[in-house]
Amino acid sequence: MSADARRLRPVDVVIVGGGWAGSIMAKEMTEAGRSVVMLERGADRSTAADGAYPASLDELEANFRYRLFQDLSKNTVTIRNNSQQTALPYRRMSAFLPGEGVGGAGLHWSGVHFRMPPDDLRLRSRVIEKYGRRFIPEGMNLQDYGVTYEELEPFFDKAEKVFGTSGEAYMVDGKVVGNGNVFSPSRSDTFPLPALKDVYTAHLFRKAAAEVGFHPYSLPAANASRQYVNPYGVQMGPCNFCGYCSGYACYMYSKASPNVNILPVLRRHPLFELRPRCHVLRVEKDADGRRATGVTYIDAQGQVFTQPAELVILTAFQFHNVRLMLLSGIGRPYDPVHNEGVVGRNFVYQNVTTSTVWLDPKVETNQYIGAGGGGVAFDDFNSENFDHGPLGFVGGSPVWVNQAGVRAIAAANAGGPPGTPRWGSAWKAGMIDTYRHSLRIDAHGANMAYRDVYLDLDPTWKDAYGQPLLRMTFDWKDNDIRMNRYVVDRIGDVAKAMGARRTHLVRREFGVPFDTRQYQTTHLGGGAVMGEDPQTSALNRYLQSWDVHNVFVIGANAFPQGTGYNPTGMVAALAYWAAHHIRTTYLAQPGPLAG
Amino acid sequence: MQGVAGVAACSTFLSSRMRAATPPAKAYTPRFFDGAEWDFLLAACDRLIPADENGPGALALDVPRFLDMQMDTPYAHGAQWFMDGPFVQGPDNLGYQLPYDPRTLYRRGIAGMNAHAATRHGRPFASLAPSVQDELLQAAEKGTLAFGDIPSRVFFDQLLANVMEGAFSDPVHGGNTRLGGWVMLGFPGARADFMDWVDRYGAHYPLGSISISGETA
Ligand SMILES: Cc1cc2nc3c(=O)[nH]c(=O)nc-3n(C[C@H](O)[C@H](O)[C@H](O)COP(=O)(O)OP(=O)(O)OC[C@H]3O[C@@H](n4cnc5c(N)ncnc54)[C@H](O)[C@@H]3O)c2cc1C
Ligand code: SF4
Repeated sequence: MSADARRLRPVDVVIVGGGWAGSIMAKEMTEAGRSVVMLERGADRSTAADGAYPASLDELEANFRYRLFQDLSKNTVTIRNNSQQTALPYRRMSAFLPGEGVGGAGLHWSGVHFRMPPDDLRLRSRVIEKYGRRFIPEGMNLQDYGVTYEELEPFFDKAEKVFGTSGEAYMVDGKVVGNGNVFSPSRSDTFPLPALKDVYTAHLFRKAAAEVGFHPYSLPAANASRQYVNPYGVQMGPCNFCGYCSGYACYMYSKASPNVNILPVLRRHPLFELRPRCHVLRVEKDADGRRATGVTYIDAQGQVFTQPAELVILTAFQFHNVRLMLLSGIGRPYDPVHNEGVVGRNFVYQNVTTSTVWLDPKVETNQYIGAGGGGVAFDDFNSENFDHGPLGFVGGSPVWVNQAGVRAIAAANAGGPPGTPRWGSAWKAGMIDTYRHSLRIDAHGANMAYRDVYLDLDPTWKDAYGQPLLRMTFDWKDNDIRMNRYVVDRIGDVAKAMGARRTHLVRREFGVPFDTRQYQTTHLGGGAVMGEDPQTSALNRYLQSWDVHNVFVIGANAFPQGTGYNPTGMVAALAYWAAHHIRTTYLAQPGPLAG
Repeated sequence: MQGVAGVAACSTFLSSRMRAATPPAKAYTPRFFDGAEWDFLLAACDRLIPADENGPGALALDVPRFLDMQMDTPYAHGAQWFMDGPFVQGPDNLGYQLPYDPRTLYRRGIAGMNAHAATRHGRPFASLAPSVQDELLQAAEKGTLAFGDIPSRVFFDQLLANVMEGAFSDPVHGGNTRLGGWVMLGFPGARADFMDWVDRYGAHYPLGSISISGETA
């Protein structure tokens, strides 16, 4: 196809995908004086149009017709639980909801905004130090990121300032400054905005968790608690807990999004050009395959173009990045049989289960009030904050009430307590009681990486452009199930302290395979991970391809294993980290930054 | 840049929308479903969400009208599903793998339910006693019936999901008439501003439900 493609005028940098990672990289590259073309397969989007009040507050369109999400009819993945099965297409949105259009999933995410825990960044080393090498289960590909918290701190800080993140710090420059998360590392500054107020359920959870002896803190939220102007000069309004957060463009301009926090400035920059509805088919390489020469894409009219560029930055989201690498022959594909190769290796997810607690029928929990990133959490069982020795599993899980706003269709589908029918009068009674008087508590656990959990190209199904779909081979493993079950039991203790009338603890069950029909989160990770060893990572610690030095790949694909936290704070920090090294080192002297 | 200006503009937009007309009521003539299909839907909806002491049922909420109106959307034509073959059946947990869009699932599923009712009870579903209708719906839900290559559970889940959408989505889509679903739940709809309510712990929220059209309960 490239032979027929029209060759366009070369630019310095081409960026594939217009979400958080792409917008940050575009901003940084234009600041460095480089010309940038950003190619986004979806429509152009803005908060003014896509978050128009009140028309956008439509649960059916947003959460059930997936107005702002990926068009699965054109491109999806296939999924199976193990390599003996035939993977089948993910035909309907359910387990995860990839974004599409300018802003990516960043336009309609929720806003929980974390820094990666220091121990998670060097989890392999930490586990070996604490428990010995033999503690790591057979078949688990446990790795370090190759970058430390101290190195990333300035970039976590920068991302929080750009996003206008609300939260309460615990420690700044080694001194305790507030009531934040006692397990969180020291920071160079407080959060740009104070923490959001607690909704009622979060307030009750905070009290109960403290009573049990845990250490509750306000979730860091990229939902502005006050009016804010970010370092780019862009304004945000105060979040009013509207409850239409996850899946919606924020009509209050309070939820951080590329569309509100970065693109208004970028769009005016003379070195920046955005091309929506341009689907990138592959990265082009020179004859010896060691340098990328640009990308080939197809536009909405079906015309194919080649955009030459000096630097290619993939920011198409975790699994799309991996697929583009496989389609373009960048890096050696992973071979699970021999545990060799790197592209597709260490595919991970979020290991979350949600429990429900019913309070006294006199207590109204007002679940329709909430902000996507708001709530209260405790980290006593996250990361390496507790002794795993006697427990015999790797990984952990924060626990939280993150009431992002439960709307009516979701409430109807959630139904009543276990044993209640899904319809009829009994359903109605149970569902109404549940909506009015219950709250939900998540165990938002980490998912470790395993040798036989990976990504590759599907041999059968193709997308609308005739290219093979990505194939996911994924299942839950005993280590992660045991971790989940241990942490969910602690939720039971908190529920008791809340005076629960009834508690439904949801634990991951042994032997129950990953179910593509149930929403899990869209926190997919790994598949093209960063690291210090080219045998086990596709990218070096600067997110640069080991094999093709002018390709950088930014996204949660870089996580060597899952983490208990939501990914975007880390993705944004990694983008700023990579951009910093591109700007200070690579642009002056293009070549491998590590090796 | 646009933040504060955007917020200020909202209130004017809302007040112009508030005056918008409410959707037409009753005496609805279906455009997609034929007579027998419509009879099935009316009967099934009445069993899935019956009117009772907790609030209105699916009929008062005009859920059948919602379903018929939905059949005219891209969604019902499968435009949002990956519909390329081959279609290979696999374990349930790998998700939906049939070549049918929602319109086809309804056509074949309803015909299947009526055929089953005729064979077992000599009458179409709509003419059976409510308790018998419940038994048939339960059998479909459990997946003990099959309508050609459509497992009854697939049809039932499609129907139930859309019935819930009809009863609890914004009335602009043709269901949730007079916001009855929301009132029953205690869901304020498109209020979407709890700035001064977020920390009034335990207090009952005083404002009624509102649609994005401006209609109030
Ligand atoms: C409902 C929801 C809630 C979430 N809540 C949170 C949260 O609270 N906290 C958190 O940390 N994370 C959350 N996430 C995850 C978060 O949205 C993602 O981590 C983040 O948006 C990833 O940014 P990205 O730039 O890597 O990818 P994306 O935002 O997905 O952007 C990638 C872009 O690339 C485009 N693209 C893909 N392939 C191509 C191609 N071939 N050619 C051209 N363009 C292409 C896509 O259309 C897309 O616009 C949530 C996600 C969802 C869906
Ligand atoms: S809850 Fe807050 S941040 Fe989220 S959409 Fe509503 S106003 Fe915006």
